[in-house]
This record gives sequence, structure tokens and C-alpha cells, in this order.
Amino acid sequence: MERMSFDLAQTSLRELNSFLHRDAPATGVRQVVVTNPDGAHNIAVGLDCPVEVEVHGHAGYYAGGMNKTGTVTIFGSAGTGVAENMMSGRVQVKGFASNGAGASMHGGLLVIDGDAGLRCGISLKGGDIVVGGSVGSFSAFMAQAGRMVICGNAGDALGDSLYEAVLYVKGHIKSLGADAQIEPMGEADFAVVRELLDAAGLNHDPHDFKRVASARSLYHWNAEADQEY
Amino acid sequence: MCGIVGLLVKKPALRPRLGELMVPMLIGMTERGPDSAGLAVFTEPLQENARKISLYSGMSEEGADFNWLGLGHELKAHLGIDATITSQGNHAILTAAIAPEPVKRWIKERYPKLHILSTGRSIDLYKDIGTPTEVAARYAFSGLAGSHLVGHTRMATESAVTPDRAHPFTAGEDFCLVHNGSLSNPYGVRRMLEPHGIRFETDNDTEAACRFLEWRLREGDDLETALQKGFEELDGFYTFLMGTADKLALIRDPFACKPAVVAETDDYVAIASEFRSLAHLPDIKHATVFEPAPEEMYVWNA
Repeated sequence: MERMSFDLAQTSLRELNSFLHRDAPATGVRQVVVTNPDGAHNIAVGLDCPVEVEVHGHAGYYAGGMNKTGTVTIFGSAGTGVAENMMSGRVQVKGFASNGAGASMHGGLLVIDGDAGLRCGISLKGGDIVVGGSVGSFSAFMAQAGRMVICGNAGDALGDSLYEAVLYVKGHIKSLGADAQIEPMGEADFAVVRELLDAAGLNHDPHDFKRVASARSLYHWNAEADQEY
Repeated sequence: MCGIVGLLVKKPALRPRLGELMVPMLIGMTERGPDSAGLAVFTEPLQENARKISLYSGMSEEGADFNWLGLGHELKAHLGIDATITSQGNHAILTAAIAPEPVKRWIKERYPKLHILSTGRSIDLYKDIGTPTEVAARYAFSGLAGSHLVGHTRMATESAVTPDRAHPFTAGEDFCLVHNGSLSNPYGVRRMLEPHGIRFETDNDTEAACRFLEWRLREGDDLETALQKGFEELDGFYTFLMGTADKLALIRDPFACKPAVVAETDDYVAIASEFRSLAHLPDIKHATVFEPAPEEMYVWNA
């Protein structure tokens, strides 16, 4: 297995990304190390092969976005929209993540060891998000499918207008969004939380988590509701 | 868009290097704000009875050829003031033992196209249109010294690209504010302030926030109380970074619509819209880096 290094203080981001898009699948390079990311945007976006990318430092916006089958590990923090629109594979942030982490993800696993900002998992369409710390307000807004495990606290309006995504929260929920409700944990839920914690390498007791899912009262337009939910 | 940067050095030995450390931060925010740039630097305060006034002649007919020496002579002849004027093209800092208001009134009457940028015992302010690189070179930002500064790169959305609408905005003395975002109720805030005798110089939304907060401070609120009232009265998207003679303060709107990141070491506190602007600071790899939370106040003392 060949290993390649890119120092972004010396090499342009475009060179890195075009290597990941064209040369990595062609040459069979399976490990790529990125140093001095210095907050650059769009690092390792659009991966489409099972390459492992290590980013040593802080990443800017959209790191690992649109990932398909790749693995991206950021040894630092990530800016807005890390792993947005991920299709499959894995993205892990060892530090904190800014707003909109995992926005609109369709598949794969996003792990954030630290805290995530606001709107984590907004419009989640599939896949799994595990946050070792807390998430900000409006997380999982309109999340349609997929699962989120939050080991810390959640901010305001968690799961507002949820569809079929399911959220598991260990800590305090500041407030639930419209149509989100706390439901009892079943055996299947404990198994899911255990599976996702194991996948993320985090050690918590699944019995400490609450399940948040949709009350499904917004599924059909109600003309009588007078915009009061 | 727009980019904000702030830097506060904790050790007096670093004060001569403040500008040099900041310039790459400002230039790093060029993509977020390519049309204008500016900064306010806070220096060792003048004696109690002295004031400095930053002036800008770029909107006058003379522009960078403005006769600053002549202004000094006129101040002496008409007001009997011995002012020191340090000029650099279209920018000058007038320093004198004065009550500033009568002098400013005289300047506005005699030279209506001369723009008064700031007043205080500690603040020097520079702002102009152009890329951050151009503006930094025009005023030799890398040579600036001081304890802390607040900078801005502008991508105009709410008012025209002119030097007076660039940031920082100031009101009163030794107070300035930069803004990334857009307010939705600036005219409501203006209508509330104008009956208090507060006058506006531009139609810029940020000026409303700046004058609101300075008004609260002047009415006796401490910075924290004023900022709390700002959360209640100012509606819209904002990350605000403010400077006073001895403090830097940062707030973000409740939705955290506009970014901010902070890096702190034993030597400095640095704030920017994005980490890109902090990446080249000394010892950044060992800095504590965090994202300020929405609707929280962050205040650092110089």
C-alpha cells in the first residue's frame, strides 16, 4: 500500500484534490497524508474511491464533503459543513466541528470527537452521525432518515420538523423543535446506540441515552392549525 | 460576506509587532472582503486632557494632496490650538490638548469633505476602499504598534462601496465596531436613537449598531450590559467585534449565521472569521482554538 504526502504550505489544494480524484484510484495509492491544511476550504471533497486521507491540522469549510467510500480523519477542527452531502465512507473530526456538520448526508459515518456547532445533521437523508460532545441549536432540522448519537447536550429546537431520522441524546436537551418528541428506548435502540458508539470508538452506556423521534403530526398539511404548531 | 480580525497582545514586548502580526490576518480575509479594508489600533493612552483625531481626506477634491500643514496653521489661527498633525497621504492623526467636540465642529464646517474617522486618547483609525493588501500598504499597517486592534475586510451588501461606509465604525471616544453580517432593523434603531440627538453619517446598517452600543456605554452601562441590550435591540445576522481603550469584545447572533474563531496563547488572543487568517500566527499549533458560541459575550482585557 503506497502512501503519499501533501504539504499544503507547498502544494496547492487543487493539486491534492485532483490527485485524490484521478490519480489515487488509478495508481492504487490508498493512504494520503495532508499537512499544514491551515484552514483551507474543500480539503478532500468528492472522494470516490476507498482512499484514507489524514489531515493534520485545522480544516476549513466542507472538508470531506460529498465523500463516497473514502475515509477522512481530521486531527484538528473542521469549519462549516464538514462531510456535507456524504454518500458513504467515513469522516472523523478529532477536534470540534463548526456549523452544519453532516448537512444533507445520505450515507456513511461522521464522527466528531468534540462539540459540533449549530445545525448539525440538518436535512440528514441517511447515514449516521456520532458527536462525542454537544451539538448547537437547530440540529437535525428536517432530518429525513439516518441516525444521530449525541453524547453531550443539545441546544434549542433539536429535531425541528423531523421526518424519519432518529436521534439519541445522553445529556440535556435545551428544547425540542416542533414535532420532535422523546420516546422510550427499546432493545433495538440500545443495540443501535451500542453499534454506533463502538463504530466511533466512544465509551458510554447506551442506557443513559434518550430517543428523540418525530411525532409525525406535521406529515400532512392541517389547514385548521393556523400556523400554530 | 466580510471578514473580521482582532488581535490583542498580552505582553508589552509584543506591542511594537502588533501591526506586523496582524497584516497577514487581514490579507487572509481578502476572499471574504475584497472591496474595502480598515482597522482601529489602540495605543498607550494620551494624557487626560489630550485627544487624537484620525482624519481622512480621500473624499475631498485634494485627496491625498490635502494640505495637512495648512489645516494645522488654520487651527492655530482660528482656534488658537497647537496641534501635531502626522499625515500619510489621505490620512492624518491630529493630536492636541483639546476638548474635541468644538474642534470637530470647526473641521466639519470649514472642511465638510474631510471625514473624521475616530476620536479618543487611545484609538487611531484607518479605512479605505481597495483590497486588504492595497489598504495595508497604503497606510503601512505592518508598522503599527499598540496593545490591541480590530480590523475588517468588506464585501458590501447593505450600502455602497465608499471609504466612509468601510469598517470600523466609531462613535464617541475610544470605541469602534466591525461587523460581518447584515442587520434587519437598522432604520428602527436609527429612529429610536435620533430623538436622543444621535446623528448618523452614513446609511450603513453597521453604523446603527455602533451608535446604539456607544449610546448605551455613554448612558452608563458597562460593556456587558450594553452588549446584553444589543442582543435585545439588534435584529439580523452579525458577528460584532468591538474595541475600547482597554478591551476587545465579541458577540454572535443567536443563529451564529456569521463565523468566528478564536486562538489564544500566553502571548496573544487572536480572532478571525476563519482559521485561515490565524494559521500563520506564531506558535499557533499550540494555541487553544475555539469557536465562540452564539449569544455569548466574549471580552478580553488589554
